[in-house]
Amino acid sequence: MSIARFWRETPVRYNLGGCRCPTCLTVYFPPRSVCPVCVQHRSSIGRLEPFQLSGEGEVVSYTVVHDAAEGFEMQVPYALAIVKTREGPQLTAPVVDIDPSEVRIGLKVRATFRKLREEGKAGVIHYGYKFAPMDDVHRPPERPTQSETAPSTAPTAVASESRA
Amino acid sequence: MPLYRITPAEIGRVWGTDGAAMGAALGVRRKSVPAPDEDTITISTEALRTALIRGKIDPQEIGALYVGSESHPYAVKPTASVVAQAVGATPNLTASDFEFACKAGTAAIQTCLGLVGAEMVRYGVAIGSDTSQGAPGDALEYSASAGGAAFVIGRERVIAKIRHTLSYTTDTPDFWRREGQRYPSHGGRFTGEPAYFRHVTECAQRLMERAGTNPKSYAHVVFHQPNGKFPQRVGRMLGFTEAQMRYGLVTPQIGNTYSGAALIGLANVLDVAKAGEQVLMVGYGSGAGSDAFDIEVTDEINRFDRSYGTPVQQFLDGGVEIPYAVYAKFRGKIRMGGES
Repeated sequence: MSIARFWRETPVRYNLGGCRCPTCLTVYFPPRSVCPVCVQHRSSIGRLEPFQLSGEGEVVSYTVVHDAAEGFEMQVPYALAIVKTREGPQLTAPVVDIDPSEVRIGLKVRATFRKLREEGKAGVIHYGYKFAPMDDVHRPPERPTQSETAPSTAPTAVASESRA
Repeated sequence: MPLYRITPAEIGRVWGTDGAAMGAALGVRRKSVPAPDEDTITISTEALRTALIRGKIDPQEIGALYVGSESHPYAVKPTASVVAQAVGATPNLTASDFEFACKAGTAAIQTCLGLVGAEMVRYGVAIGSDTSQGAPGDALEYSASAGGAAFVIGRERVIAKIRHTLSYTTDTPDFWRREGQRYPSHGGRFTGEPAYFRHVTECAQRLMERAGTNPKSYAHVVFHQPNGKFPQRVGRMLGFTEAQMRYGLVTPQIGNTYSGAALIGLANVLDVAKAGEQVLMVGYGSGAGSDAFDIEVTDEINRFDRSYGTPVQQFLDGGVEIPYAVYAKFRGKIRMGGES
């Protein structure tokens, strides 16, 4: 994959950056430019909003890869799963930090940031999301999504005299 | 913290040495091993994502982000910019990689202190993270591990107030890795008295002198911990007790995480510390220097939400042990077909 092509996909691969239709609230990943769900889908062109997935989901199907593509030989055997995210979109990605034989349909998972592949010994290293088993300590009930944490434009008043 | 672990006994089994005895001599029972798809960038990102969620901090409010490591994946291309992008902190921030052997993370904390203190940034992020290696069969191989910790430095909702910091730096060639070399070299026993012990003790004593404190002032103490023995010995030299060192000493369970070592020890202390307790942390980096911090845990720690993320103790107790062959594969020690 060329550097430019991967770079363009950085928001998608690093931060699960999808989009959401403001009319029907359907979430898409990867982002697209038109909402095919809405009856008047032409009117959605250019109106879909950026939307970051939470990274939480569950395995709906998987396979175990024993004969890997070039660049993935060191990781076999590994589980490659279709994960249905909390927001709806289904993603295909490896499930790491688990014995592949323990992966099962219904397994709760969370996104984790991992190295995807290297362009040889001297080339660019590509990073992005994979999934890891969700345990109790990675189950944030109130974890904000991107749309809920719009950055404030001005610092709030200093609330404490403490200086870290 | 990576999932995988290997024991000194297993390493010794391959090289025909008494690995268990080596582990006992070093005070290391297990060390962490990164998976093939983990490096300093991924470990730093995971640590910082957890920190931001716990601290309920908008990544766009981060004005500075520094990653201290001696195993940055690129020789030229910053780790910090990838981490900043991956946590959603770009583009309005300054970011850079720090390198000072094992104390680059504590140096990053000091830099953030300056920026936050001068009100140039609202939040600064200091990360210490490494996936360092020892040459196969070298004494370092029994301890060199992987892990990292991220700290957000700010003026608001402070759980641990850094009251004083002081550094002690000299040119001391105890441990190094030349450009292009895969594994580091070291001066054997020279890494002890003139290097680690001199810098840590001098730095700690000078800091306590400045702060007007003594060893009894502190509930917890954290030292850089290249193995399990050095920090205990330097603690005794300075007058600290085993109880004070208990939570700050993590190397026996996970090995030497280099730039992450003292910071993971501090994270473990903050997992259990109570409001009003004082903490002394002294980092050390070969080459050589120490950074010391006099820290006071505030009442804010009682309101700090730890419900998300893994407690450090769980990392210390957990993990999956792997044999040396798998370790060698994971760490790229096996030459594959097609490689020159």
